[in-house]
Amino acid sequence: MELDVRAALARLALRLGGAGATLSEAQRLSGGASMETWAFGFDGSAGPERLILRRRSAPFDEETARSVSLATEAKLIQLTGANGARVPRVRHVCDDADGLGEAYIMVRVDGETLGRKITSDVRFDAIRPALARQCGEVLVGIHATTPPPELNLKTVDGALELDRYEEVYRATGARRPILELAFQYLRKHLPEPVEPVLLHGDFRNGNIMFDPEIGVASVLDWELAHIGDPAEDMGWICTNSWRFGRPDRPVGGFGDYADLLAGYAAAGGTSIDLGRLRFWQMLGSLRWGVMCLTMYLSWRDGVEKPVERPMIGRRVSETEADLVVLLEQGL
Amino acid sequence: MITHPRTEELAQAVALWIDQIRPSLDPRNAFLARVAANAMATIGREITLGPAAEAQAVRLMGEVLGTAGTHAELNAELCERIQSGEMTVETPGLLAALTVMARDQIAIDQPNYRAEGSM
Repeated sequence: MELDVRAALARLALRLGGAGATLSEAQRLSGGASMETWAFGFDGSAGPERLILRRRSAPFDEETARSVSLATEAKLIQLTGANGARVPRVRHVCDDADGLGEAYIMVRVDGETLGRKITSDVRFDAIRPALARQCGEVLVGIHATTPPPELNLKTVDGALELDRYEEVYRATGARRPILELAFQYLRKHLPEPVEPVLLHGDFRNGNIMFDPEIGVASVLDWELAHIGDPAEDMGWICTNSWRFGRPDRPVGGFGDYADLLAGYAAAGGTSIDLGRLRFWQMLGSLRWGVMCLTMYLSWRDGVEKPVERPMIGRRVSETEADLVVLLEQGL
Repeated sequence: MITHPRTEELAQAVALWIDQIRPSLDPRNAFLARVAANAMATIGREITLGPAAEAQAVRLMGEVLGTAGTHAELNAELCERIQSGEMTVETPGLLAALTVMARDQIAIDQPNYRAEGSM
């Protein structure tokens, strides 16, 4: 049965805003297969509040899922925020009394998350040259946070990631020479091990809210957080699939490698070699290619048949077009 | 093949119809309709560009491998030789051949995609 989210939010308004608090708005913003985002607001005893609900709408199995629970996500946002990173402010972590399932509430922040707007909209022309440096700075606050052991975050490195994605790739049954060559090349060019740190895990243009005045406003979508090489978060935002038509600007389609690395170092991060970043960038293209294959398979073998799944499958060739260039250039 | 109309024209007709009804749809279905129209466009490009791209891939893979075969056979053998480590980025002609094949495929799947290295 479909949960009545509006009714649950009206009850939540009373809990958070005090007696007499009334829901002023409630609107579903987006939703993937298993996650919903709602914007809502209420007028409470302490004045009006504008909030965001993030809730899981399908069952979650932490043992097998790649992603962390929403409670863990909320905890990481609070910890990294306390450490100076620009992240959402968690207003409330939902419990059984809220009747919303696995969910938490954030304070709503205005800004832009559409990747193509950040790379191309004139509103961002003035701030754009500062964004890569700011991304480096915000990563320091995240990477310098020590997550409590009870969160049981997974720890990965380059070799483990290659193992995992190659296993998935082999299981798909697809045969793609360029992906084969990328696996082989990256295994031969594994970076030296480093002290692992807390990673956002999905740090890319599209998951960061930008403000035309201040730049990075808030780092969103923490469900793939884990422990690993700090260069992994940098390589992912430099992966060409997230440059939205601006391959000439390697960082998210808006900035240069040097600014990202300099911002990271200036904010107290360790010095990171461009070759290490580009290892993770190439692995990022390979990872997205394998993810596109699994999206296709979820359509072929699944009960649900949304048309975007096989079309995402056709995006494997974009990663191949990028990988051949990276293989030619070297790290 | 029947030419009046050609298969790619049928695909185009469906894509045009989807674009016509899109404004009347709710946001989720409008999004899916856009994807569906894109799928029809991909089908159209595959019909027109696919045969030459496949013939070129067969020729290029055959040259690199020094053998003849169907696309599926050559593709499988190429994958095996790379997986085994026999072929690498150093193998003469391999990256050049894969680059042409990648360009041909992206021209079908996403002709507007701006790949790494394009300015």
